[in-house]
Amino acid sequence: MADNRNNGEKQRHTIALLVENQPGVLARIATLFSAKGYNILSVSVGETIDPEISRITLVTEGHPFIIEQIVKQLRKLIDVIKVLDLTASGEDYVERELVLVKVSARGEARAEAMRIAQIFRGNIVDVSPETFVIEFTGNEGKINAALSLLKECGIREVIRTGKVAVLRGPKSLKIS
Amino acid sequence: MKLKGADMFWEVLIKEGVEVVFGLPGGAVINIYDSYPKYKDKVKHVLVRHEQAAVHAADGYARSTGKPGVALVTSGPGGTNTVTGIATAYMDSSPVVVFTGQVPTALIGNDAFQEADIVGITRPCTKHNYLVKSTADLPRIIKEALYIASTGRPGPVLVDMPKDVIVGEAEFVYPESVKRRGYNPNIKGHPAQVKKAVEAMIKAERPLIYAGGGINWSGAFDELKKLAETIHAPVTLTLMGLGAFPGDHPLFIGMLGMHGTYAANMAVTECDLLIAIGARFDDRVTGKVEDFAPDAVKIHIDIDPASISKNVVVDIPIVGDAKVVLNQILDELKKADVDWEKKHRRWLERINYWMREYPLTYERSDQVIKPQMVVETIYDLTQGKAYICTEVGQHQMWAAQFYKHKYPRHFISSGGLGTMGFGFPAAIGVQVAHPDALVIDIAGDGSFQMNLQELATVAQYNLPVKVIIINNGYLGMVRQWQQLFFDRVYSETDISIQPDFVKLAEAYGIRGMRVEKPSELKTALKEAFEYKGAVVVDVRVDREENVLPMVPAGASVRQMILTEPKTDTNGEALKRMRPINFPS
Repeated sequence: MADNRNNGEKQRHTIALLVENQPGVLARIATLFSAKGYNILSVSVGETIDPEISRITLVTEGHPFIIEQIVKQLRKLIDVIKVLDLTASGEDYVERELVLVKVSARGEARAEAMRIAQIFRGNIVDVSPETFVIEFTGNEGKINAALSLLKECGIREVIRTGKVAVLRGPKSLKIS
Repeated sequence: MKLKGADMFWEVLIKEGVEVVFGLPGGAVINIYDSYPKYKDKVKHVLVRHEQAAVHAADGYARSTGKPGVALVTSGPGGTNTVTGIATAYMDSSPVVVFTGQVPTALIGNDAFQEADIVGITRPCTKHNYLVKSTADLPRIIKEALYIASTGRPGPVLVDMPKDVIVGEAEFVYPESVKRRGYNPNIKGHPAQVKKAVEAMIKAERPLIYAGGGINWSGAFDELKKLAETIHAPVTLTLMGLGAFPGDHPLFIGMLGMHGTYAANMAVTECDLLIAIGARFDDRVTGKVEDFAPDAVKIHIDIDPASISKNVVVDIPIVGDAKVVLNQILDELKKADVDWEKKHRRWLERINYWMREYPLTYERSDQVIKPQMVVETIYDLTQGKAYICTEVGQHQMWAAQFYKHKYPRHFISSGGLGTMGFGFPAAIGVQVAHPDALVIDIAGDGSFQMNLQELATVAQYNLPVKVIIINNGYLGMVRQWQQLFFDRVYSETDISIQPDFVKLAEAYGIRGMRVEKPSELKTALKEAFEYKGAVVVDVRVDREENVLPMVPAGASVRQMILTEPKTDTNGEALKRMRPINFPS
């Protein structure tokens, strides 16, 4: 087993799922990941235009062999209607994450935080005499860059939504 | 028509053709039981003495008929007691539907009396499960549960029914069909893959068919036989597959894996084409995966895409139902112009040589009963026609090895989970499904004690189940490992202090027998099998007999231990051995 499982480098995959919008569905997915020893790096869930269906965007990491198993195991769940491994699909896709950062904004840090927010097209959504809350959206690279620069100012809290992703162009993930 | 949930429960089961429910009442399901007398002419209820047994019995029913087995239990401990049964069914892909009562919806999460989050607890060991939210949903959910359990790769489904759902009334709407957009098992194999598989068969010189429990669930017995006979390929079966191909067929080379035959394990090692059908490359089958069929092109036919390339990477995967795919292959094979017999002659000669030189064997004795002899005698007396249930351990492996499993769905054993205590309640389920058949539980003394309360069930319904205890006063399989790999430190495996099984049976009003001499064995077993009621036979066997051949865990399947190890500590161990005794 060891031989097969460890073939190839660990990869990070973004997987999109359409699921029944019912209680317990997320628990089923979480149980699957913990029971099989898979990793969830991030997960975000929301209702689709059809209130009976939710869309989940899940980021996971593993050897190619494990990723293949994850997709197959997800498909086995009765409440999971559709699974698309965006990373493996060969299609282009847009991925975004929203982050709220509470940073110290006293003295020199105040101007610095504002400049960084501006450079990364963040919005300052809350202001107090000693802090800003800045909202950033973007892909992982952009957000990590913004956060690492903001460290200088003093980060008090970071809240990340987890990734959402969608295929570029007219193709879309839907129930056939 | 308005109906109470309790009545809907029975109405739907009857409409779905459920013949029997194994169960044990309690507060949360009392209303379902209150309704039962109205329906008792149309569906049988078998009252067990422990909820675990209800699920094993339903499982035995399912395995011996191919139809879903149904269990009904109460909330809280009623549900938690079913977990081992559910996990057992899950590992062996058995279609069992378990109905649990639940505290009223308003009390859920309140730590109410006899409340357990059984849906949460069983999530990882069910194919699917439900918490019913309203009475009106009940018919649809019951129908779905039975459908999901018995289609695709079968598996257990649990339906949790809060008391208010059971007691409440709603318009009874029986759905004619099931629609689940997230559930569409793939039945037909991809034609291109089927073609590739046949091409590989044409090319191969040393093919081997390796089939498992999937043949049973799909009912692909004739197709498997036809394939083997058409391409003239030897067949090995997993524990779960035994009986799916006739055990007395000249192309059958025995079970493979940890306690498989020499021929089967060598054939796996040397084959150039492995045709896996409804089997999942379990670690007890493959041993060290790198050395499992190392030179073979591998075809894998399985209904579950997640089983394919999970443990062993295969070359030609075919997702589909075994019966359907085998028929596709047989059709495709008709076009092939090959003298299969000639092509595989040398290979079969080699396999026959292995079978002749290293058959399953043991040292016979006229002093002490050898456990293998018990199984051989059972075969002699039944000619393979009996349903053989087993518990888990040494006796299970001997039952697999020394009984020729000739008929499908006649060997019922917990393979994946390895649940001791499975066989006896499973035998109850088998006997209920086949009232006139001879149903035998080949048991170990350890395993039997894990569910012996079901003697009362057997007594209540006059079920003529025969329990043959291969009694060596040990948790024998663990003792064997201790002997072979732990320097004979028999740590906590001696269970020679045990009840008098004869008196125990008699206490339940059942016949008990004891056999201690090889010369008496055949007569005693014959008498037991001819007796019209249940019998418990305590067969005292050689205490330190080992199951051989054995592939040590993690070793290559060709590295088999073939003969009884003789070490100088032999005598020491025998001195430490207590005679089997009853507590005074």
